Order: sequence, then structure tokens, then C-alpha cells
Amino acid sequence: MTLALDQIAAGGTASGANEEALRRQAHGERRSMLALTLPALLLVGFVVLIPIAWLFWLSFVDKSGFTLIHYQRLLHPTYLLTLRTTFELAFTVTVVCLLLGYPLAYLASQLPRRWASLVLLCVLFPFWTSLLVRTYAWLVLLQRRGLVNTWLQKLGIIEEPLRLVHNFTGTAIGMTHIMLPFMVLPLYATMKTISEDYMRAAANLGASPIRAFWQIYVPLSFPGLAAGLIVVFVLSLGFYVTPALLGGGRVMMWAMQIERSTTVYADWGAASAMGVVLLVITLGILWLVAKLTGSAKLGEAR
Amino acid sequence: MLRQPATSTQITHLDRLWLYVLCGLVIVFLIAPTLLVIPMSFSDSRYLSFPPESWSLRWYRAYFGSLEWRDATVVSLQAAFLTTIVATVTGTLAAYGLHLARSGAGRLVQVALTLPMMIPVILLAIGIFLFFAPLELNNSLSGLVLAHTVLALPLVLISVTAGFKSFDMNQEMVARSMGASRPRAFLTVTLPQIRNSVISGALLAFITSLDEVVIGLLIAGGDKATLTRRMFLALRDEIDPTIAAISSLLIVLSIVLLAVSQYFQSEPRD
Repeated sequence: MTLALDQIAAGGTASGANEEALRRQAHGERRSMLALTLPALLLVGFVVLIPIAWLFWLSFVDKSGFTLIHYQRLLHPTYLLTLRTTFELAFTVTVVCLLLGYPLAYLASQLPRRWASLVLLCVLFPFWTSLLVRTYAWLVLLQRRGLVNTWLQKLGIIEEPLRLVHNFTGTAIGMTHIMLPFMVLPLYATMKTISEDYMRAAANLGASPIRAFWQIYVPLSFPGLAAGLIVVFVLSLGFYVTPALLGGGRVMMWAMQIERSTTVYADWGAASAMGVVLLVITLGILWLVAKLTGSAKLGEAR
Repeated sequence: MLRQPATSTQITHLDRLWLYVLCGLVIVFLIAPTLLVIPMSFSDSRYLSFPPESWSLRWYRAYFGSLEWRDATVVSLQAAFLTTIVATVTGTLAAYGLHLARSGAGRLVQVALTLPMMIPVILLAIGIFLFFAPLELNNSLSGLVLAHTVLALPLVLISVTAGFKSFDMNQEMVARSMGASRPRAFLTVTLPQIRNSVISGALLAFITSLDEVVIGLLIAGGDKATLTRRMFLALRDEIDPTIAAISSLLIVLSIVLLAVSQYFQSEPRD
């Protein structure tokens, strides 16, 4: 009813007092529509907000009351090493995803429709397959007697099987595979909106294709690029399943440390504190990027 | 043909042959490892080789013959169905409410509802684990469904909201001006037209629940162990080839669901 009422009100067909009443009614109705979100809100409140708040609380208390001891303990070299490994892996995976994902998104955005949707289907397929199944596939392929080692030996490239799994390399390969679609999809969406006219104009003005690409195309693809980079980096920071399996216990990620503190040591204070640190880093990055891209957009408008 | 320009700036296909090769390799990297699991699952040896030296259904028999695996599968399917129902209903309601409300408070609600997507899953998992413990919701189907629903909710919300954007709300108003109640107008006029985005959302909810590992690992123990939890624990100890058979079945299921979702997305909305 809202829209019709608005139209009548805007058209001025109702008298002043009626107009006021109608507007108030429309406003009230809109507010009552918001009540429909209540079941969803209650769910999120009960399963997300309260547990996270509870986690915050646990990270600041012990038997004697308020304490920072859980956070102080995180300064121990073991935890710092874990944090370093986590950032190194996330960084490596993000860079590799960029190097593989950018060309693929670029080509897909220029292909004829039929081919482009085929490429996109190939990008979506891993999205719909279980994370665990894909990790398992890499575990099988990369193991000592696995497909990759056997084929490399058959081709005479290597003599001895390589150690490809249960280390940093294997973890990075598996994570890159999982994260690549998160890079390609936003890039593709942005590249689809870049008009060919810009490149033509650049060529007309004498820019070589390479220069036009770097000076015109890449900056225009920044929104998708930023989205892809952040999503991949942030998801990698909190990644658990793939590093836990492909790392074979030798690659310790922050998320694995959290899980271990919870289930093995039942050290809830430490687990909560680590969780809070991860949340702060994650939301910090998201906030920072939102702020940076927000101001960049303002700059464009000017 | 290679000498023909590929772009409007006269770069020929030959000039960027490297790009085609690179992209081809990336696509192989994306899909081949997963698909290779299927033929390998029919291998007879413990060291799954490709191509298998001798074929057998050994690992499929191991899967279907094991009570543990079967129980875990049943739990996972139950959780996935219930999650799909709860997440689709609440998510669609919320999308409808937010679409009509169009207010400042609505924005805030939207952020709150997409929050589960922004928080690292491991964090949600321990938060839920610690909070559910005193409520005795750990190791229960309802606890699992609650947790999975929250993960699936943002996906349904996003999908259905997109559906509303291409729907003309005046149609519902016409129905109501002719005497239909709001629920009836929604169910008979609006819902059939945003059907595709609701189905897409529901499929995403289903696959999210079925594939979820981390939360299940922490809160789905005992006789409520999910399939992915058992798979994860089995993989951590040793590479059990039975998992190749389960994985192949899951891959086939993913392909079917992806095909269904593509079908509903390609169909014109109105």
C-alpha cells in the first residue's frame, strides 16, 4: 500500500490534514514491515552476537576477575610464530590468486557469451564442491606416491619424489585452489563494466597496448581487484580446514591454534583471546579498506 | 584465424596466445583435481592411482557397508534439509521486510544479518561451542541446524533481495486492492514471480550446511557426527580410500545442484 499512498500524497489530491495522516500511516506500515526480519535477527542474535560477546567476556576474565593474562600469553614466541606463518600464507595465496585470477577474469570478460559462461561455470564448479573434497583431492594428488610425483618421475623431470604435502608448499597450493574463485568472480563483474571505448581512445591517443593496459585498464578494474584481494586475504587469515589437512601439523595457522586450545587443552581463555585478535584483525582490514575505497570514490567524483 | 584481431585495439589472437594457454592451465588447475577423484575412487589399490591399475567398487562397498558412515550421512542430510527450510523461510521473510521497509533501521538490520559472512568461521565455531555447552545444545541436531542456518541466512537474503529488485511491487498492491490479504497477495502473486531466486537461495543453503566442516567439528560429536566431521577426522589420521568414494558421490551431487541452480538462473524472471 505504501507506494500508492505515497503517490496520492505526492500528487496533492488529499487535503493537508489527510496528507499528514496518510504519511504517518505509510511510515508506520514501513516500520511494521521491519518486524518481518525479526525471526532472522533473533537467530543471528542467538547464534552469532551472544556467543561472540560471550567470547569477548571470556577473554578478559579468569578465576580472580578481570585480567589481561590471556592476551599477555599470546606474546609467547609460539603464538607469534603462528601469527607470522598465518600472514605469510595468506599473503602468498593472495598474490598467487591475483597472478592466476586476473588473466582469467580478463579473458573471460572479453570472450563471446557462450565461451564466457563456460569459463564461469568452471570457476563456479569448485564453489559448489565441498571444501573438504577439494582438499582431499590435493592430498591424494600431492602425496609421496601421488599422481603429481608419479607423472613428474615418469617424465624424467625429477628422480626422487618431491615433498609436496604436509608442508608450506602443499598448503599454499590447496589454499590457492580454494580461494581462486573468490578472486575471479568480483574481478569479472568489474571488468564486464569496463567499456572497450577507453582502450580504443587510449590507442588513438598513441598509447601502446601495454601502456594502455597499465594506465587505463588496470585502474578501471580497481573496485573488483580490491574486493577480490580483501576477500581472499581475509578468508585465508581465518582458514582452518585446508591448512589443517595439507599442513599435516607442520604448518600452524592461527585458526588451528584456536581449535587446539579449545578441544585439546580446554583453555578457553586463550582460545577466546586468540579469537578476539583474529576478529579485530579481520574487521580492521575490512574497515580500513572500506575507508580507503570510500575516499577513493570521493576523489573520482571530484 | 590466429592473425585476426582479438580486441578493438588490433591485438591479434596470436599476440595473446600466451593468455589463452595460461587461462587454459588455470581452468585445468581449477577443475581437474576434483574431477580426478571420481575415476580414482574406482581403484582397487590403497594408493589411489590414476588411471587405476584395476577397477573395483571396493571403496563404495566399504562406504555403504559401514554403519558409522551411513549414520553420519543421515545426520548430515537431516541437518541440511532442516537448515534449508529454516534459512529459506526466515531469509525470504527478512528480504521481503527489508525491501518494503527501505529505512535507516533497515540498513542496520541488513548489516546485522550479513554479519555471519564477515566473521571467520573458526571464531563462530568456538563462540557457539562455548555458548551452547551450558545450554546442552552441543551434539544435538537442533544446535547443528541453528548454527548452519545462521551461515546460510545471508546467502538466502542476498539471493532473494536480488529477486525483489527485478519484481514490480505494484502487482502485489493491485492484488491487495482487490481484497487479497497481505499474506495471500504475497503467496499467490509475489512468491511465484521471485521463485527462482528463492530456489537459488535454498540450494545454496543446502550445500552450505552439507559441506560445513569447522562448526560441525566442534559441536557435532557423538551420534550426531556429520559426514564432513567424520571425513575430516579420518583424513587427519590417514588417507582412507573410502573417502574417495564419498567424495565422488558428493561431487556428483554438487554438479547436479550447480546444474539446477544454473537452470533456474537462466530462466527469464518475468
